[in-house]
Amino acid sequence: MSESTDVADFGSNRFVRALLSASTYLLGFIFFFPVLWMVLNGFKTEDQANGTPVFFFQPTLDQFRLVTESIPGRSSFGEVIINSFVIVLVSTMIAMILAVPAAFALSIRPVTKWRDVLFFFISTKFLPVVAGILPVYIIAREFELLNTRWSLIIMYTALNLPLAVWMLRSFFQEVPSELIEAARIDGASLRSQLTSIVLPIVAPGLAATGLLCFIFAWNEFFLSLQLNTSDAQTASVWVTGFESQREDFIAKLSAASTLVVLPVVVAGWVAQKRMIRGLAMGAIK
Amino acid sequence: MAEVKFDEACRIYPGTDEPAVDRLNLDIGDGELLVLVGPSGSGKSTALRMLAGLEWIDRGSVYINGKDVTLSPPQDRDIAMVFQNYALYPSMTVAQNMGFALKQQGIPKAERMKQVREAARILDLEPFLDRKPKNLSGGQRQRVAMGRAIVRSPQVFLMDEPLSNLDAKLRVQTRTELADLQARLGVTTVYVTHDQVEALTMGHRVAVLNFGVLQQVDTPAILYSRPKNRFVAGFIGSPAMNLIDVDVSGDRGLKLGDLDVPLSPEVAAALETSGPGKYTVGVRPEHLQIGTEGTPGEVSVVEELGSESFVHVAITHQREPLNIEVRAEGETTIQRGDNVHVAFRGPAHLFAPDGERVGD
Repeated sequence: MSESTDVADFGSNRFVRALLSASTYLLGFIFFFPVLWMVLNGFKTEDQANGTPVFFFQPTLDQFRLVTESIPGRSSFGEVIINSFVIVLVSTMIAMILAVPAAFALSIRPVTKWRDVLFFFISTKFLPVVAGILPVYIIAREFELLNTRWSLIIMYTALNLPLAVWMLRSFFQEVPSELIEAARIDGASLRSQLTSIVLPIVAPGLAATGLLCFIFAWNEFFLSLQLNTSDAQTASVWVTGFESQREDFIAKLSAASTLVVLPVVVAGWVAQKRMIRGLAMGAIK
Repeated sequence: MAEVKFDEACRIYPGTDEPAVDRLNLDIGDGELLVLVGPSGSGKSTALRMLAGLEWIDRGSVYINGKDVTLSPPQDRDIAMVFQNYALYPSMTVAQNMGFALKQQGIPKAERMKQVREAARILDLEPFLDRKPKNLSGGQRQRVAMGRAIVRSPQVFLMDEPLSNLDAKLRVQTRTELADLQARLGVTTVYVTHDQVEALTMGHRVAVLNFGVLQQVDTPAILYSRPKNRFVAGFIGSPAMNLIDVDVSGDRGLKLGDLDVPLSPEVAAALETSGPGKYTVGVRPEHLQIGTEGTPGEVSVVEELGSESFVHVAITHQREPLNIEVRAEGETTIQRGDNVHVAFRGPAHLFAPDGERVGD
């Protein structure tokens, strides 16, 4: 019996198939469980969250009410969400605006030494962020950027730019060169080639890249903690503010985390279809 | 409307020594349909791309309508190109695809649509103007690519194997339509193909390239009847010409098997003055016949095409077995295994040891 029929038999065996589905669900559940537990804990009282774990309980919105209350001396939920949105959206936008022409110049109309340029972009990721924090801090202080949104906008743009350039470049490379040649013969300027021909084709890739930049910036914690502790605090730092030495905090922390995760989940859900197409189109393949 | 001229044009790809196109000289007349034909790697597409401005010209010049365009970018050459895979813009409708070049020239929308509609009418594309390319069949895509070219009324059409992605039947039909369209529009056209049948049926003149070197440029009839060298002789014509190596030494006449090879008087005269060596006799299948006289052989294959048949006969030539192809009647009684005789019906071509045609 040939190998391919073996595989077909394996797949057509009902028992084996059922077992495979079951393990897939189980594996998915294992990955999803911590998130589920976080969400559930947000709807519990502190006693329930810190006592014996229970699945069935009387849900309460108390924790959500507590964490969104404004307390003097602490940034409010509204403030940090706006800070995070402004910082993340602006940095993602700048990163994309810079990455699109860079990726164009590294794929469709490659500059000389494009390999070196590409390597340079990724080499900026070799150094751990923590190793560079001291000079970054001092520079931010000298330019009076500490505790402003601009410090993080600049840092997140810089952090995401290499990723965005690399991802976009691989999407751009999938654009057939004949299309660009046809556009050149049709008299299209460089800008028109980019906006009329290339960008519509790589739109899913743009969506995927933008979303990844958004997620990375949204979840960034370390730089935000170092540069923006008081004013212009971001959501990721705000969440940790509910940790406490004096009282139970699991339920409050869970509620706060759930609120902060929500925008990313919504963004991911909205972009899901485009993103999957985008990821499948090249970058990760 | 324009003439096109290649003057000693060379293209050497970076990192290679051999030119992809080697000192190409070619004059293409106003309104002419010139076909560049050759096997893959012959430089025909490169030559077209040099004319388009998509390929750098390392030496020599290219002129369109008397103007030196060697250094001009594609958009300044007033040309339109049809690509092998059509290169339609996937995010645009058929109408937008066809109007894109006009839009780049800043022509207002109403005028643009008028010209697009006119081109669509010529090509029967009117029902599809609002469709995206992915919702079109291969033949329709090909017509849109044509439409995108004609809507601009350029000086020169460039076509890079525009029919090779169509199925055989559609290709033959489109071939005729294309030739007719070109004649009606009267636009100078350079057409690249690897298919010599396409070249012969469409071209006013055909330029044969091999290894980047122009072998011969002539009308299809002359290419067929007076190939300048062994390569052209073997490349042009389907089925291919029989090319048979013969040793010429001393005053012995040319022999195929035990047959005397008939030569035209001027070829015979030219052979007199040239030296001995390994010559090549070229004879097309229709210039041989199967009968009761001639050199004996055994039939190995019979290809029946309906209107004619091609019979492969194994004969003995210079004490070696040799397969030659002979044309026969459509309804032939000849079968594999038959013992037959092969004779000449007309004069043969002769190519010197360097591959050049003997006699003019």
